[in-house]
Amino acid sequence: MFKTLGKATKISILGIWFVFTLFPLYWMFLTSIRPVRETTKFFYYPHSNSTLDNYRTLFSQYSFGTYIRNSLVVALVASTFVIFIGMLGAYALARYNFKGKAQIMLVFLVTQMIPGLIALAPLYLLLQRVNLLNTLYALILCYIGGMIPFATVMLRGFLQRIPPELDEAALIDGCNRFTALFRVVFPVALPGIAATFIFAFVQCWNELFLAMVLIDSDGNKTFPVAMRSFIGAYYIEWGGLAASVMIGIVPTVVMFALMSKFMISGLSAGIVKG
Amino acid sequence: MASSIFQVAHKNGRKSKNILAPLAFLIPGLIMVGIFVYYPVFKTANLSFQRFALFDQSNIYFNGLDNFRGIFQDVHFSRILQNTVIWVVVSLFFQLTIGFIIALYLQNRFKFSGLYQGLIFIPWALSGFLMGLVWKWMFDDNLGVINNILLAWNIIETPVPWLSNANWAMAAVIVANIWYGVTFFVIMILAALQGVPKEILEAAELDGCSRAQSLFRVIIPYIRPTLILIILLRIIWITNFPDIIFGMTSGGPNQNTHILSSWLVQKITYDQDWGSGSALGLMMLGVLFIFSIFYLLATRLEKDSEA
Repeated sequence: MFKTLGKATKISILGIWFVFTLFPLYWMFLTSIRPVRETTKFFYYPHSNSTLDNYRTLFSQYSFGTYIRNSLVVALVASTFVIFIGMLGAYALARYNFKGKAQIMLVFLVTQMIPGLIALAPLYLLLQRVNLLNTLYALILCYIGGMIPFATVMLRGFLQRIPPELDEAALIDGCNRFTALFRVVFPVALPGIAATFIFAFVQCWNELFLAMVLIDSDGNKTFPVAMRSFIGAYYIEWGGLAASVMIGIVPTVVMFALMSKFMISGLSAGIVKG
Repeated sequence: MASSIFQVAHKNGRKSKNILAPLAFLIPGLIMVGIFVYYPVFKTANLSFQRFALFDQSNIYFNGLDNFRGIFQDVHFSRILQNTVIWVVVSLFFQLTIGFIIALYLQNRFKFSGLYQGLIFIPWALSGFLMGLVWKWMFDDNLGVINNILLAWNIIETPVPWLSNANWAMAAVIVANIWYGVTFFVIMILAALQGVPKEILEAAELDGCSRAQSLFRVIIPYIRPTLILIILLRIIWITNFPDIIFGMTSGGPNQNTHILSSWLVQKITYDQDWGSGSALGLMMLGVLFIFSIFYLLATRLEKDSEA
Protein backbone atom coordinates (compact mmCIF):
# COMPACT_ATOMS: atom_id res chain seq x y z
CA MET A 1 0.00 0.00 0.00
CA PHE A 2 2.65 2.50 1.03
CA LYS A 3 4.89 1.29 -1.71
CA THR A 4 2.33 2.03 -4.44
CA LEU A 5 1.63 5.39 -2.86
CA GLY A 6 5.35 6.17 -2.89
CA LYS A 7 5.62 5.12 -6.48
CA ALA A 8 2.63 7.24 -7.47
CA THR A 9 4.17 10.29 -5.77
CA LYS A 10 7.43 9.67 -7.53
CA ILE A 11 5.83 9.37 -10.94
CA SER A 12 3.69 12.46 -10.49
CA ILE A 13 6.54 14.63 -9.20
CA LEU A 14 8.83 13.55 -12.01
CA GLY A 15 5.97 13.99 -14.48
CA ILE A 16 5.07 17.48 -13.33
CA TRP A 17 8.68 18.56 -13.43
CA PHE A 18 9.05 17.12 -16.91
CA VAL A 19 6.08 19.10 -18.23
CA PHE A 20 7.16 22.27 -16.45
CA THR A 21 10.71 21.98 -17.80
CA LEU A 22 9.85 21.34 -21.41
CA PHE A 23 6.68 23.38 -21.77
CA PRO A 24 8.44 26.72 -22.48
CA LEU A 25 10.34 25.15 -25.35
CA TYR A 26 7.26 23.44 -26.71
CA TRP A 27 5.32 26.69 -26.49
CA MET A 28 8.07 28.64 -28.24
CA PHE A 29 8.11 26.08 -31.00
CA LEU A 30 4.35 26.39 -31.49
CA THR A 31 4.62 30.17 -31.55
CA SER A 32 7.32 29.99 -34.18
CA ILE A 33 5.24 27.97 -36.64
CA ARG A 34 2.01 29.93 -36.26
CA PRO A 35 0.93 32.09 -39.14
CA VAL A 36 1.55 35.71 -38.14
CA ARG A 37 -2.10 36.76 -37.89
CA GLU A 38 -2.82 33.93 -35.49
CA THR A 39 -0.25 34.91 -32.88
CA THR A 40 -2.94 36.69 -30.92
CA LYS A 41 -5.16 33.64 -30.54
CA PHE A 42 -5.07 32.02 -27.12
CA PHE A 43 -4.34 28.44 -27.96
CA TYR A 44 -2.84 26.95 -31.02
CA TYR A 45 -2.12 23.43 -32.11
CA PRO A 46 0.02 22.50 -35.08
CA HIS A 47 -2.10 21.83 -38.16
CA SER A 48 -2.26 22.49 -41.87
CA ASN A 49 -1.79 26.25 -41.68
CA SER A 50 1.51 25.93 -39.80
CA THR A 51 4.28 27.75 -41.58
CA LEU A 52 8.02 28.21 -41.68
CA ASP A 53 7.67 31.84 -42.79
CA ASN A 54 9.00 33.15 -39.51
CA TYR A 55 12.22 31.22 -40.05
CA ARG A 56 12.56 32.36 -43.66
CA THR A 57 12.18 36.01 -42.67
CA LEU A 58 15.10 35.76 -40.25
CA PHE A 59 17.47 34.86 -43.01
CA SER A 60 15.99 36.94 -45.85
CA GLN A 61 15.22 40.21 -44.03
CA TYR A 62 17.81 40.03 -41.26
CA SER A 63 21.34 38.68 -41.41
CA PHE A 64 20.87 35.88 -38.91
CA GLY A 65 23.16 33.72 -41.05
CA THR A 66 26.01 36.10 -40.26
CA TYR A 67 25.21 36.25 -36.53
CA ILE A 68 25.15 32.47 -36.24
CA ARG A 69 28.42 32.19 -38.13
CA ASN A 70 30.05 34.78 -35.83
CA SER A 71 28.84 32.98 -32.72
CA LEU A 72 30.05 29.63 -34.05
CA VAL A 73 33.48 31.00 -34.92
CA VAL A 74 33.92 32.66 -31.53
CA ALA A 75 32.66 29.68 -29.53
CA LEU A 76 34.62 27.03 -31.45
CA VAL A 77 37.92 28.94 -31.54
CA ALA A 78 37.74 30.07 -27.91
CA SER A 79 36.80 26.60 -26.63
CA THR A 80 39.61 24.96 -28.58
CA PHE A 81 42.20 27.31 -27.11
CA VAL A 82 40.72 26.92 -23.65
CA ILE A 83 41.12 23.15 -23.87
CA PHE A 84 44.69 23.42 -25.11
CA ILE A 85 45.85 25.94 -22.50
CA GLY A 86 43.73 24.31 -19.80
CA MET A 87 45.26 20.89 -20.48
CA LEU A 88 48.77 22.26 -20.04
CA GLY A 89 47.93 23.80 -16.67
CA ALA A 90 45.85 20.84 -15.56
CA TYR A 91 48.70 18.47 -16.37
CA ALA A 92 51.14 20.44 -14.25
CA LEU A 93 48.67 20.57 -11.36
CA ALA A 94 47.80 16.88 -11.59
CA ARG A 95 51.24 15.40 -12.10
CA TYR A 96 53.80 17.60 -10.35
CA ASN A 97 54.34 18.45 -6.72
CA PHE A 98 55.99 21.78 -6.33
CA LYS A 99 56.17 24.75 -4.03
CA GLY A 100 53.36 27.21 -4.64
CA LYS A 101 51.00 24.66 -6.14
CA ALA A 102 48.30 25.35 -3.56
CA GLN A 103 48.59 29.08 -4.22
CA ILE A 104 48.21 28.58 -7.95
CA MET A 105 45.12 26.44 -7.38
CA LEU A 106 43.79 29.29 -5.26
CA VAL A 107 44.42 31.76 -8.09
CA PHE A 108 42.13 29.65 -10.27
CA LEU A 109 39.52 28.92 -7.62
CA VAL A 110 39.11 32.49 -6.35
CA THR A 111 37.97 33.54 -9.84
CA GLN A 112 34.70 31.74 -9.06
CA MET A 113 33.93 34.53 -6.65
CA ILE A 114 34.65 37.40 -9.02
CA PRO A 115 31.55 38.62 -10.84
CA GLY A 116 32.38 38.51 -14.55
CA LEU A 117 30.30 41.63 -15.02
CA ILE A 118 32.85 43.89 -13.35
CA ALA A 119 35.22 43.16 -16.24
CA LEU A 120 32.97 44.83 -18.81
CA ALA A 121 34.38 48.36 -18.55
CA PRO A 122 38.03 47.43 -17.93
CA LEU A 123 38.13 45.01 -20.85
CA TYR A 124 36.56 47.59 -23.16
CA LEU A 125 39.28 50.08 -22.23
CA LEU A 126 42.02 47.46 -22.56
CA LEU A 127 40.89 46.30 -25.99
CA GLN A 128 40.38 49.87 -27.11
CA ARG A 129 44.04 50.49 -26.39
CA VAL A 130 45.17 47.56 -28.56
CA ASN A 131 42.69 48.44 -31.29
CA LEU A 132 40.68 45.24 -31.11
CA LEU A 133 37.29 46.73 -30.25
CA ASN A 134 34.49 45.56 -32.47
CA THR A 135 36.33 42.47 -33.65
CA LEU A 136 35.68 38.81 -33.00
CA TYR A 137 39.28 38.52 -31.75
CA ALA A 138 38.34 40.67 -28.78
CA LEU A 139 35.58 38.29 -27.77
CA ILE A 140 37.71 35.21 -28.36
CA LEU A 141 40.50 36.55 -26.14
CA CYS A 142 38.17 37.57 -23.33
CA TYR A 143 36.31 34.27 -23.37
CA ILE A 144 39.53 32.28 -23.29
CA GLY A 145 40.79 34.28 -20.32
CA GLY A 146 37.51 33.98 -18.48
CA MET A 147 37.11 30.24 -19.00
CA ILE A 148 40.65 29.02 -18.34
CA PRO A 149 40.18 28.75 -14.55
CA PHE A 150 37.21 26.40 -14.63
CA ALA A 151 38.65 24.42 -17.55
CA THR A 152 41.97 23.93 -15.77
CA VAL A 153 40.36 22.80 -12.53
CA MET A 154 37.90 20.53 -14.30
CA LEU A 155 40.55 18.93 -16.55
CA ARG A 156 42.81 18.45 -13.55
CA GLY A 157 40.03 16.40 -11.98
CA PHE A 158 39.96 14.12 -15.01
CA LEU A 159 43.72 13.80 -15.27
CA GLN A 160 43.96 12.75 -11.64
CA ARG A 161 41.81 9.76 -12.43
CA ILE A 162 44.27 8.57 -15.07
CA PRO A 163 47.09 6.48 -13.59
CA PRO A 164 50.42 8.36 -13.71
CA GLU A 165 52.05 5.07 -14.74
CA LEU A 166 50.56 5.65 -18.17
CA ASP A 167 52.57 8.75 -18.97
CA GLU A 168 55.58 7.44 -17.05
CA ALA A 169 55.65 4.56 -19.49
CA ALA A 170 55.43 7.01 -22.36
CA LEU A 171 58.37 8.96 -20.94
CA ILE A 172 60.46 5.83 -20.74
CA ASP A 173 59.53 5.05 -24.34
CA GLY A 174 61.10 8.31 -25.40
CA CYS A 175 58.29 10.85 -25.25
CA ASN A 176 58.96 14.18 -23.63
CA ARG A 177 56.42 15.65 -21.20
CA PHE A 178 54.68 17.55 -23.95
CA THR A 179 54.29 14.69 -26.40
CA ALA A 180 53.37 12.36 -23.54
CA LEU A 181 50.55 14.72 -22.67
CA PHE A 182 49.13 15.12 -26.14
CA ARG A 183 49.84 11.68 -27.65
CA VAL A 184 49.19 9.44 -24.66
CA VAL A 185 47.17 11.21 -21.97
CA PHE A 186 44.94 13.21 -24.29
CA PRO A 187 43.22 10.22 -25.94
CA VAL A 188 42.54 8.56 -22.59
CA ALA A 189 41.13 11.76 -21.13
CA LEU A 190 38.91 12.35 -24.16
CA PRO A 191 35.53 11.99 -22.42
CA GLY A 192 36.52 14.61 -19.85
CA ILE A 193 37.97 16.84 -22.53
CA ALA A 194 34.76 16.56 -24.53
CA ALA A 195 32.71 17.50 -21.48
CA THR A 196 34.94 20.51 -20.79
CA PHE A 197 34.88 21.57 -24.43
CA ILE A 198 31.11 21.49 -24.63
CA PHE A 199 30.79 23.29 -21.33
CA ALA A 200 33.04 26.04 -22.67
CA PHE A 201 31.17 26.13 -25.97
CA VAL A 202 27.82 26.58 -24.22
CA GLN A 203 29.16 29.44 -22.11
CA CYS A 204 30.60 31.24 -25.16
CA TRP A 205 27.48 30.73 -27.22
CA ASN A 206 25.25 32.14 -24.50
CA GLU A 207 27.40 35.07 -23.39
CA LEU A 208 25.58 38.36 -23.90
CA PHE A 209 26.91 41.31 -21.92
CA LEU A 210 30.57 41.33 -22.90
CA ALA A 211 29.60 40.89 -26.53
CA MET A 212 27.12 43.76 -26.16
CA VAL A 213 29.81 46.08 -24.83
CA LEU A 214 32.64 45.06 -27.16
CA ILE A 215 30.80 44.63 -30.47
CA ASP A 216 29.12 47.48 -32.23
CA SER A 217 28.92 46.84 -35.97
CA ASP A 218 26.16 44.66 -37.34
CA GLY A 219 28.55 42.42 -39.28
CA ASN A 220 30.38 41.32 -36.12
CA LYS A 221 27.43 40.76 -33.84
CA THR A 222 27.08 37.41 -32.17
CA PHE A 223 23.71 35.73 -31.91
CA PRO A 224 22.65 36.99 -28.44
CA VAL A 225 23.68 40.56 -29.25
CA ALA A 226 21.68 40.43 -32.47
CA MET A 227 18.69 39.18 -30.49
CA ARG A 228 19.13 42.08 -28.10
CA SER A 229 18.94 44.66 -30.88
CA PHE A 230 16.28 42.63 -32.69
CA ILE A 231 13.88 43.04 -29.78
CA GLY A 232 15.03 46.54 -28.94
CA ALA A 233 14.58 48.11 -32.33
CA TYR A 234 11.16 46.89 -33.36
CA TYR A 235 7.82 46.27 -31.86
CA ILE A 236 8.11 42.72 -30.59
CA GLU A 237 6.81 40.38 -33.23
CA TRP A 238 6.51 37.16 -31.27
CA GLY A 239 6.46 34.75 -34.20
CA GLY A 240 9.82 35.99 -35.47
CA LEU A 241 11.23 36.15 -31.99
CA ALA A 242 10.15 32.60 -31.27
CA ALA A 243 11.72 31.35 -34.48
CA SER A 244 15.02 33.05 -33.66
CA VAL A 245 15.01 31.64 -30.14
CA MET A 246 14.45 28.16 -31.56
CA ILE A 247 17.43 28.61 -33.89
CA GLY A 248 19.53 30.08 -31.10
CA ILE A 249 19.12 27.10 -28.83
CA VAL A 250 19.80 24.41 -31.45
CA PRO A 251 23.62 24.40 -31.26
CA THR A 252 23.84 24.13 -27.50
CA VAL A 253 21.08 21.54 -27.26
CA VAL A 254 22.80 19.43 -29.93
CA MET A 255 26.15 19.76 -28.16
CA PHE A 256 24.46 18.87 -24.92
CA ALA A 257 22.77 15.80 -26.38
CA LEU A 258 26.15 14.62 -27.60
CA MET A 259 27.67 14.76 -24.15
CA SER A 260 24.84 14.11 -21.72
CA LYS A 261 26.50 10.77 -21.01
CA PHE A 262 29.53 12.51 -19.51
CA MET A 263 27.58 15.30 -17.86
CA ILE A 264 27.47 14.10 -14.29
CA SER A 265 31.02 12.88 -13.95
CA GLY A 266 32.14 15.82 -16.04
CA LEU A 267 30.60 18.66 -14.13
CA SER A 268 31.33 17.30 -10.73
CA ALA A 269 34.98 16.65 -11.49
CA GLY A 270 35.79 20.30 -11.09
CA ILE A 271 34.09 23.01 -9.17
CA VAL A 272 32.31 24.63 -11.96
CA LYS A 273 30.38 27.74 -12.81
CA GLY A 274 27.01 27.82 -14.52
CA MET B 1 38.85 6.28 -3.49
CA ALA B 2 40.81 5.50 -6.58
CA SER B 3 42.09 9.02 -6.96
CA SER B 4 43.45 9.11 -3.42
CA ILE B 5 45.44 5.96 -4.06
CA PHE B 6 46.98 7.57 -7.12
CA GLN B 7 47.78 10.68 -5.18
CA VAL B 8 49.68 8.67 -2.63
CA ALA B 9 51.51 6.77 -5.33
CA HIS B 10 52.38 9.96 -7.09
CA LYS B 11 53.47 11.73 -3.93
CA ASN B 12 55.91 8.97 -3.16
CA GLY B 13 56.93 8.35 -6.72
CA ARG B 14 57.74 11.75 -8.07
CA LYS B 15 58.37 14.62 -5.74
CA SER B 16 59.69 17.13 -8.17
CA LYS B 17 61.85 19.86 -6.73
CA ASN B 18 62.02 21.35 -10.18
CA ILE B 19 59.52 24.18 -10.25
CA LEU B 20 60.40 25.33 -13.77
CA ALA B 21 58.80 22.45 -15.65
CA PRO B 22 55.32 22.73 -14.08
CA LEU B 23 55.53 26.50 -14.25
CA ALA B 24 56.21 26.34 -17.97
CA PHE B 25 53.00 24.38 -18.38
CA LEU B 26 51.06 26.82 -16.22
CA ILE B 27 52.36 30.11 -17.58
CA PRO B 28 50.05 30.50 -20.62
CA GLY B 29 46.97 29.99 -18.46
CA LEU B 30 48.20 32.23 -15.67
CA ILE B 31 49.00 35.04 -18.08
CA MET B 32 45.53 34.88 -19.67
CA VAL B 33 43.81 34.78 -16.28
CA GLY B 34 45.98 37.64 -15.06
CA ILE B 35 45.07 39.86 -18.00
CA PHE B 36 41.41 39.00 -18.42
CA VAL B 37 40.25 38.23 -14.87
CA TYR B 38 42.54 39.84 -12.29
CA TYR B 39 43.60 42.98 -14.13
CA PRO B 40 39.91 44.00 -14.55
CA VAL B 41 39.44 43.72 -10.78
CA PHE B 42 42.17 46.27 -10.15
CA LYS B 43 41.01 48.46 -12.99
CA THR B 44 37.47 48.37 -11.54
CA ALA B 45 38.79 49.47 -8.17
CA ASN B 46 40.56 52.29 -9.94
CA LEU B 47 37.54 53.35 -12.04
CA SER B 48 35.22 53.39 -9.06
CA PHE B 49 36.95 56.46 -7.63
CA GLN B 50 36.70 58.39 -10.87
CA ARG B 51 34.08 60.32 -12.69
CA PHE B 52 34.13 58.25 -15.84
CA ALA B 53 31.41 58.37 -18.46
CA LEU B 54 31.99 56.65 -21.78
CA PHE B 55 30.27 59.40 -23.76
CA ASP B 56 32.37 62.07 -22.09
CA GLN B 57 35.90 60.69 -22.15
CA SER B 58 37.57 64.11 -22.19
CA ASN B 59 36.18 64.87 -18.76
CA ILE B 60 37.58 62.19 -16.45
CA TYR B 61 38.77 63.02 -12.98
CA PHE B 62 39.22 61.57 -9.50
CA ASN B 63 36.03 62.11 -7.53
CA GLY B 64 36.72 60.30 -4.28
CA LEU B 65 33.70 58.53 -2.86
CA ASP B 66 31.11 60.31 -5.01
CA ASN B 67 30.22 57.17 -6.97
CA PHE B 68 29.59 55.18 -3.79
CA ARG B 69 27.57 58.02 -2.30
CA GLY B 70 25.54 58.19 -5.49
CA ILE B 71 24.67 54.49 -5.26
CA PHE B 72 23.54 54.70 -1.63
CA GLN B 73 21.52 57.83 -2.30
CA ASP B 74 19.80 56.45 -5.40
CA VAL B 75 16.03 56.33 -4.82
CA HIS B 76 15.92 52.76 -6.13
CA PHE B 77 18.80 51.46 -4.03
CA SER B 78 16.87 49.98 -1.10
CA ARG B 79 14.35 48.31 -3.42
CA ILE B 80 17.15 46.84 -5.54
CA LEU B 81 18.97 45.56 -2.46
CA GLN B 82 15.77 43.99 -1.16
CA ASN B 83 15.10 42.44 -4.58
CA THR B 84 18.59 40.96 -4.66
CA VAL B 85 18.11 39.22 -1.32
CA ILE B 86 14.67 37.89 -2.29
CA TRP B 87 15.96 36.82 -5.71
CA VAL B 88 18.83 34.86 -4.20
CA VAL B 89 17.06 33.34 -1.19
CA VAL B 90 13.81 32.29 -2.89
CA SER B 91 15.50 31.03 -6.06
CA LEU B 92 18.07 29.09 -4.07
CA PHE B 93 15.52 27.55 -1.74
CA PHE B 94 13.34 26.17 -4.52
CA GLN B 95 16.21 25.19 -6.80
CA LEU B 96 17.84 23.26 -3.99
CA THR B 97 14.68 21.59 -2.72
CA ILE B 98 13.33 20.58 -6.13
CA GLY B 99 16.81 19.61 -7.30
CA PHE B 100 17.33 17.42 -4.24
CA ILE B 101 14.01 15.62 -4.62
CA ILE B 102 14.54 14.93 -8.30
CA ALA B 103 18.10 13.78 -7.73
CA LEU B 104 16.89 11.32 -5.06
CA TYR B 105 14.30 9.95 -7.48
CA LEU B 106 16.81 9.67 -10.32
CA GLN B 107 19.37 7.93 -8.17
CA ASN B 108 17.92 4.52 -8.91
CA ARG B 109 17.64 3.87 -12.60
CA PHE B 110 14.27 3.15 -14.11
CA LYS B 111 12.98 2.59 -17.61
CA PHE B 112 13.89 5.60 -19.79
CA SER B 113 15.67 7.30 -16.89
CA GLY B 114 18.57 8.17 -19.20
CA LEU B 115 16.23 9.84 -21.66
CA TYR B 116 14.33 11.56 -18.87
CA GLN B 117 17.56 12.97 -17.46
CA GLY B 118 18.74 14.15 -20.84
CA LEU B 119 15.50 16.03 -21.47
CA ILE B 120 15.11 17.72 -18.08
CA PHE B 121 18.76 18.77 -18.16
CA ILE B 122 18.19 20.82 -21.31
CA PRO B 123 17.67 24.20 -19.55
CA TRP B 124 21.29 24.00 -18.43
CA ALA B 125 22.44 24.40 -22.02
CA LEU B 126 20.19 27.33 -22.86
CA SER B 127 20.92 31.04 -22.82
CA GLY B 128 19.45 32.77 -19.78
CA PHE B 129 18.71 35.82 -21.87
CA LEU B 130 16.83 33.90 -24.58
CA MET B 131 14.89 31.97 -21.97
CA GLY B 132 14.06 35.29 -20.34
CA LEU B 133 12.44 36.29 -23.63
CA VAL B 134 10.52 33.03 -23.75
CA TRP B 135 9.18 33.54 -20.23
CA LYS B 136 8.34 37.13 -21.07
CA TRP B 137 6.14 35.84 -23.87
CA MET B 138 4.51 33.25 -21.61
CA PHE B 139 3.89 35.80 -18.83
CA ASP B 140 2.53 38.40 -21.26
CA ASP B 141 -0.42 40.17 -19.61
CA ASN B 142 -2.87 39.74 -22.48
CA LEU B 143 -1.59 37.11 -24.86
CA GLY B 144 0.53 35.06 -22.50
CA VAL B 145 -0.20 31.37 -22.18
CA ILE B 146 0.06 31.45 -18.38
CA ASN B 147 -2.80 33.89 -17.96
CA ASN B 148 -4.79 31.99 -20.56
CA ILE B 149 -4.37 28.67 -18.80
CA LEU B 150 -5.24 30.19 -15.42
CA LEU B 151 -8.33 31.83 -16.96
CA ALA B 152 -9.36 28.65 -18.73
CA TRP B 153 -9.10 26.66 -15.51
CA ASN B 154 -11.04 29.36 -13.63
CA ILE B 155 -8.19 29.89 -11.19
CA ILE B 156 -8.29 33.63 -11.86
CA GLU B 157 -11.10 35.80 -13.18
CA THR B 158 -9.15 38.64 -14.69
CA PRO B 159 -5.66 38.46 -16.23
CA VAL B 160 -2.84 38.93 -13.73
CA PRO B 161 -0.62 41.91 -14.71
CA TRP B 162 2.48 39.70 -14.42
CA LEU B 163 5.07 41.95 -15.92
CA SER B 164 3.51 45.38 -15.43
CA ASN B 165 3.05 45.14 -11.66
CA ALA B 166 6.26 45.39 -9.65
CA ASN B 167 5.57 42.55 -7.21
CA TRP B 168 4.08 40.15 -9.74
CA ALA B 169 7.01 40.88 -12.04
CA MET B 170 9.46 39.97 -9.30
CA ALA B 171 7.58 36.71 -8.73
CA ALA B 172 7.61 36.00 -12.45
CA VAL B 173 11.37 36.46 -12.89
CA ILE B 174 12.00 34.24 -9.88
CA VAL B 175 9.80 31.48 -11.31
CA ALA B 176 11.82 31.62 -14.51
CA ASN B 177 15.06 31.54 -12.54
CA ILE B 178 13.94 28.48 -10.56
CA TRP B 179 13.03 26.77 -13.82
CA TYR B 180 16.49 27.58 -15.15
CA GLY B 181 18.59 26.60 -12.15
CA VAL B 182 17.19 23.31 -10.86
CA THR B 183 19.28 21.36 -13.37
CA PHE B 184 22.51 22.45 -11.74
CA PHE B 185 21.44 21.07 -8.38
CA VAL B 186 20.13 17.82 -9.86
CA ILE B 187 23.46 17.23 -11.59
CA MET B 188 25.60 18.12 -8.60
CA ILE B 189 23.53 16.27 -6.02
CA LEU B 190 23.21 13.22 -8.23
CA ALA B 191 26.99 13.15 -8.53
CA ALA B 192 27.36 13.51 -4.75
CA LEU B 193 24.81 10.75 -4.09
CA GLN B 194 26.78 8.37 -6.28
CA GLY B 195 29.62 8.78 -3.83
CA VAL B 196 27.61 7.50 -0.85
CA PRO B 197 28.82 3.95 -0.18
CA LYS B 198 26.09 1.33 -0.58
CA GLU B 199 27.35 -0.48 2.55
CA ILE B 200 26.49 2.47 4.79
CA LEU B 201 22.94 2.57 3.47
CA GLU B 202 22.55 -1.17 3.86
CA ALA B 203 23.88 -0.99 7.40
CA ALA B 204 21.42 1.78 8.20
CA GLU B 205 18.60 -0.30 6.80
CA LEU B 206 19.67 -3.32 8.87
CA ASP B 207 19.71 -1.14 11.96
CA GLY B 208 16.08 -0.34 11.27
CA CYS B 209 16.34 3.14 9.80
CA SER B 210 13.30 4.28 7.88
CA ARG B 211 13.84 5.91 4.52
CA ALA B 212 13.44 9.39 5.97
CA GLN B 213 15.85 8.56 8.77
CA SER B 214 18.53 7.28 6.44
CA LEU B 215 18.06 10.38 4.31
CA PHE B 216 18.53 12.86 7.16
CA ARG B 217 20.89 10.84 9.37
CA VAL B 218 23.05 9.15 6.75
CA ILE B 219 22.80 10.58 3.26
CA ILE B 220 22.68 14.30 4.02
CA PRO B 221 25.53 14.22 6.58
CA TYR B 222 27.59 12.20 4.13
CA ILE B 223 27.22 14.62 1.21
CA ARG B 224 27.28 17.70 3.47
CA PRO B 225 30.69 19.01 2.38
CA THR B 226 29.59 18.94 -1.26
CA LEU B 227 26.28 20.58 -0.41
CA ILE B 228 27.99 23.38 1.49
CA LEU B 229 30.25 24.12 -1.43
CA ILE B 230 27.66 24.00 -4.19
CA ILE B 231 25.29 26.18 -2.18
CA LEU B 232 27.99 28.81 -1.75
CA LEU B 233 28.90 28.69 -5.43
CA ARG B 234 25.26 28.95 -6.34
CA ILE B 235 24.63 31.94 -4.08
CA ILE B 236 27.48 33.77 -5.78
CA TRP B 237 26.33 32.67 -9.19
CA ILE B 238 22.65 33.62 -8.74
CA THR B 239 23.69 37.02 -7.40
CA ASN B 240 25.69 37.61 -10.56
CA PHE B 241 23.11 36.29 -12.99
CA PRO B 242 21.07 39.13 -14.52
CA ASP B 243 20.44 37.40 -17.88
CA ILE B 244 16.89 36.23 -17.19
CA ILE B 245 15.84 39.57 -15.70
CA PHE B 246 17.38 41.27 -18.67
CA GLY B 247 15.36 39.19 -21.09
CA MET B 248 12.09 39.42 -19.19
CA THR B 249 11.81 42.92 -17.76
CA SER B 250 15.11 44.76 -18.29
CA GLY B 251 14.65 45.78 -14.67
CA GLY B 252 11.22 47.31 -15.24
CA PRO B 253 8.53 48.31 -14.53
CA ASN B 254 10.21 51.49 -13.34
CA GLN B 255 13.43 49.79 -12.07
CA ASN B 256 11.38 47.60 -9.77
CA THR B 257 12.77 44.21 -10.77
CA HIS B 258 16.42 45.18 -10.84
CA ILE B 259 18.86 43.22 -8.74
CA LEU B 260 22.36 44.55 -8.10
CA SER B 261 23.90 42.76 -11.09
CA SER B 262 21.22 43.84 -13.59
CA TRP B 263 21.54 47.36 -12.25
CA LEU B 264 25.28 47.15 -12.87
CA VAL B 265 24.65 46.05 -16.45
CA GLN B 266 22.29 48.95 -16.95
CA LYS B 267 24.86 51.41 -15.61
CA ILE B 268 27.51 50.05 -17.94
CA THR B 269 25.51 49.53 -21.13
CA TYR B 270 22.72 52.13 -21.06
CA ASP B 271 23.75 54.91 -18.70
CA GLN B 272 27.38 54.40 -19.70
CA ASP B 273 28.33 55.71 -16.28
CA TRP B 274 31.37 53.52 -15.75
CA GLY B 275 32.52 55.17 -12.56
CA SER B 276 29.26 54.38 -10.84
CA GLY B 277 29.04 50.91 -12.44
CA SER B 278 32.55 50.09 -11.25
CA ALA B 279 31.81 51.30 -7.73
CA LEU B 280 28.76 49.03 -7.66
CA GLY B 281 30.82 46.11 -8.98
CA LEU B 282 33.50 46.68 -6.37
CA MET B 283 30.91 46.73 -3.60
CA MET B 284 29.37 43.49 -4.86
CA LEU B 285 32.77 41.85 -4.99
CA GLY B 286 33.53 42.99 -1.46
CA VAL B 287 30.21 41.84 -0.04
CA LEU B 288 30.42 38.44 -1.73
CA PHE B 289 33.97 37.98 -0.57
CA ILE B 290 33.16 38.77 3.05
CA PHE B 291 30.01 36.67 2.86
CA SER B 292 31.96 33.69 1.51
CA ILE B 293 34.50 33.86 4.30
CA PHE B 294 31.82 34.05 6.98
CA TYR B 295 29.85 31.28 5.32
CA LEU B 296 32.83 28.95 5.20
CA LEU B 297 33.84 29.79 8.77
CA ALA B 298 30.29 29.31 10.06
CA THR B 299 29.81 25.96 8.35
CA ARG B 300 33.16 24.76 9.59
CA LEU B 301 32.53 25.92 13.16
CA GLU B 302 29.21 24.14 13.17
CA LYS B 303 30.90 20.94 12.09
CA ASP B 304 33.59 21.26 14.77
CA SER B 305 31.04 21.75 17.52
CA GLU B 306 29.19 18.65 16.36
CA ALA B 307 32.30 16.52 16.60
